[in-house]
Amino acid sequence: MTAAPTAVPAAGTGREPNHGLRIVAIWLPIALAADLLIWFVWGPHLPPGDLSNSAASQQSDLTVMAVLAAPVMAFVLVFAGYALVVWRHREGDDEDGPPIHGNTRVSVAWIAITSALVLSLAVFGTAELVNPAGAGAGEGNTPIWKPGGGAPLQVQVIAQQWRFTYRYPQFGGFESTTLMLPVGQNVQFNVTSLDVIHSFWAYQLGVKADANPDVDNVAYTRPLHTGAVTVRCAELCGLWHADMTTAGRVVTVAAFRGWATATRTQLAPLTKNLPPFTLTYDPNAVAQLGKAFQKAGLSGAGGQYYGPQYPVQP
Amino acid sequence: MTVELQPGKPQEPGGRVPGGRQPEPGPPRSPRAWWRRPAVHTGVAGAVLGYLLGHLLGNFIAHGYSQVQNSGQNDYAIVLGYVLGTVGWLAGLGVFNDLLRQLAGRPVHAAEEAGDSSSGLARYFRYSLDHKVVGLQYLVGMIGYFLTGGLLAMAIRTELLSPSTHVFSSAAYTEIVGEHGTMMMMMLSSIILGPLGNYLMPLMIGSKRMAFPRIEALSFWLTPAAYLILLSGLMFGGFPFGWTGYAPLSVEATQGADAYAVAFGVMGISLILLGFNIIVTIVCYRAPGMRWSRLPIFVWAILTTSFLMVLAAPVLVGGMYMMITDRTVQTAFFTSDLGGSSYLWENLFWFFGHPEVYILALPGFGIVCEILPVFCRKPLFGYRIAAAGMVGVTLLSFFVWQHHLFDSGINPDMRPVFMLTTELISIPTGFIFLVALGTFWKAKIRFSVPMLFALGFYFNFLIGGISGVFLSDVPADTTEHGTFFVMAHFHYTIMGGLVFAFMGGLYYWLPKMMGIELNQKLGKIHFWTMFVFFNSTFLPLFAVGMAGQPRRVYTYARSLETLNDWVSISAFLLGGSILVFVINFVWSTVIARVPAPGNPWRSRGLEWQIPSPPPPGNFTVVPVVLSGPYEYGVAGAPPVADLDPPLGVISRDSLGDAAEQVEV
Repeated sequence: MTAAPTAVPAAGTGREPNHGLRIVAIWLPIALAADLLIWFVWGPHLPPGDLSNSAASQQSDLTVMAVLAAPVMAFVLVFAGYALVVWRHREGDDEDGPPIHGNTRVSVAWIAITSALVLSLAVFGTAELVNPAGAGAGEGNTPIWKPGGGAPLQVQVIAQQWRFTYRYPQFGGFESTTLMLPVGQNVQFNVTSLDVIHSFWAYQLGVKADANPDVDNVAYTRPLHTGAVTVRCAELCGLWHADMTTAGRVVTVAAFRGWATATRTQLAPLTKNLPPFTLTYDPNAVAQLGKAFQKAGLSGAGGQYYGPQYPVQP
Repeated sequence: MTVELQPGKPQEPGGRVPGGRQPEPGPPRSPRAWWRRPAVHTGVAGAVLGYLLGHLLGNFIAHGYSQVQNSGQNDYAIVLGYVLGTVGWLAGLGVFNDLLRQLAGRPVHAAEEAGDSSSGLARYFRYSLDHKVVGLQYLVGMIGYFLTGGLLAMAIRTELLSPSTHVFSSAAYTEIVGEHGTMMMMMLSSIILGPLGNYLMPLMIGSKRMAFPRIEALSFWLTPAAYLILLSGLMFGGFPFGWTGYAPLSVEATQGADAYAVAFGVMGISLILLGFNIIVTIVCYRAPGMRWSRLPIFVWAILTTSFLMVLAAPVLVGGMYMMITDRTVQTAFFTSDLGGSSYLWENLFWFFGHPEVYILALPGFGIVCEILPVFCRKPLFGYRIAAAGMVGVTLLSFFVWQHHLFDSGINPDMRPVFMLTTELISIPTGFIFLVALGTFWKAKIRFSVPMLFALGFYFNFLIGGISGVFLSDVPADTTEHGTFFVMAHFHYTIMGGLVFAFMGGLYYWLPKMMGIELNQKLGKIHFWTMFVFFNSTFLPLFAVGMAGQPRRVYTYARSLETLNDWVSISAFLLGGSILVFVINFVWSTVIARVPAPGNPWRSRGLEWQIPSPPPPGNFTVVPVVLSGPYEYGVAGAPPVADLDPPLGVISRDSLGDAAEQVEV
């Protein structure tokens, strides 16, 4: 049992220093430096970049959260580090520590600060979600956050084991295995699946929308400048999930129009064999798609799961 | 004035009415030869018989089904084989003996009164009703399951050493990923409640026993069945859908999926049984004076965890049952073109799945909060806040599951709500950090092995928790969802949190449970290697995920090879540090067997006030608790409990602050 609750200063140190002040003095510059580095140096390079407005909103969210998180982490680590150094057990000292059961002011302050941080993050996150039309996340078949300014370019993403096909209904409904988008124009992805759950993840665009069979999952974005896009499947969908990637590009409006018109003409004989454009496709009718591709001498898409590019064993 | 009396017998087993007409006590167990008594070997025989019977029955039922003839696989036979095999395993172990005896109105053997009458190693292979035996059975079982899952993780990292050179086929890799995830998330749900909860909680609340010893033993003996069924899936080519089992992939998959569904269902039942036994024990079996305000914080943690288990696991069991019927009798719960929905599975699974991750986190909170005051030699700072934090996490965890489905396309208007609830849960989680920092203040910190693990827990959980806030934000989650970022996040909270806390708890309580010291030097080597290599393994994975590597891939972008190699090598070294633990565990408990002093940590915990290992029945008489367990440094604090209280003289008032009448 200890003698008195008031701490007896250890021999040689004289007066008990103001530990709280010291901790703050160590913490403040670290937190400031970390925040400045995050905001000015790291933030602009954070994934997924700023190729589209949804990607940019994700980047700014990540930056803001990092700026808020760094001081919190730094405080916990500095406090704990200080405690482990200053308040470690000294050899020969068998007394117990001061019997502090709690401190209402400290607890209230802690709860108030964490609550304020968390609530402001929720408000900020909601604003960043609503503002860029759903921030690139799949909104289901009844999207509530839509971009303004005219009809967007509609691109249907048809996922199947194990590839993505892109259909452009505003250009006669042709299908492409590469994703082409014009810069500066709102894009509406209608994501659906022919078999199991996939996830359409256009990394640089900051778009991720699950592809469910019989479901039309809508996601919006607006490319801000030209560049390459990598599309991957982000939901485990079976054997070749890891290989389910396609390349895409954001090009100028003129280049896009040129590509779309040329492809439309080129694929016209093929397109007329495809099932008419709908928001979802009956998986049982997919076999027709396979026939269309066979006719054109293609393989892989549309129900033919094992094209020549996929060996049985890797 | 009410008088707290020494309770007579806590419970009359076998349906006897206290004070009523008692049936004759059962005859003492006949001293039969070991091979004639129910134990593991009869259980195995029962399992084999049951499996064969079920398989036969399935073949008989389904022999004319065109669906079976077309696909060439008979899920009926497999599922019925697993289910009847499990029943046969339990029957062989003697689980139903007392039940049948009671149904027939015959008295049961009162074996749980003073623990199993037999002693020695043999009782660990039987359906023992002693909570201390069950605790150690759980401990060895859980370590075994953990090591299995860990080996599978080593296989995963071996494959990911190179994006283009493959050790495993894509199919084999997917199998391994699924088995690793399911093993770790499913089998290890009771890694702390099973061993430490069952063993220590009665000691900590001053009870001589658990409320339902038969259910407790049953909850353990279901786990080996689940483990073997899960692993047997590998014989059918495994299951290609990870631990989340998203339909329709899981409905279409081959027979390995049956193993997944039955094993997960069996484990779900085990969790429900484990949870409600612990709830009843904590509520009804506290010693006199063990008020809610004196309950050790670890007991609060397992109480809240048990509520999560009891409320969430039934959804899991129901979901697994629906998957099984979808796969066998062709219901269409999850098939969209027949009126079902793939979203139904996602919602069912995550309605269990998110509480599940707090089932894994909360007991860890409890352990570290239990360890800190002992090695800081200070009372726990903000005991009420810690308990409130655990209750808050428990309540909120039922309202966050849709954050797993932010990109799935369901109800976008609910997204801000689930973002808010998810971020709110970091407030009660933060309480656990407030408690730690407050306890550090002017403490006398001793860096013994359990304390090191507790500190490691806080470091890791800080990173795990903060990365969780990043995931709760819908725009940021759009990039992070389904990537290695998520994977790094939950390994930080579960491996870095739960497993570190488990290890700390083991080093702290094993001297109590076995009366044997774990080697402290090896323990320090174990901690430092595990801490360094854990962080070196999982910290880069945040970057890997942000750079665009999806989860569960056997191949990846060439540009990420260096990072992946770093991670893989760190993971092998992390595996090596677990090996140090295994060596220490085996060396200390089997070979060296250095007896531990009665209370090596000078803890005030009630469990430390009795000999180690505790005698049968734990306490000679039910103790009277006099003060809280964390009164370190409090001048004139009464001892934590009177282990030999005078009968009938202790009034409720005198147990208050003064405690005059029971001054020892």
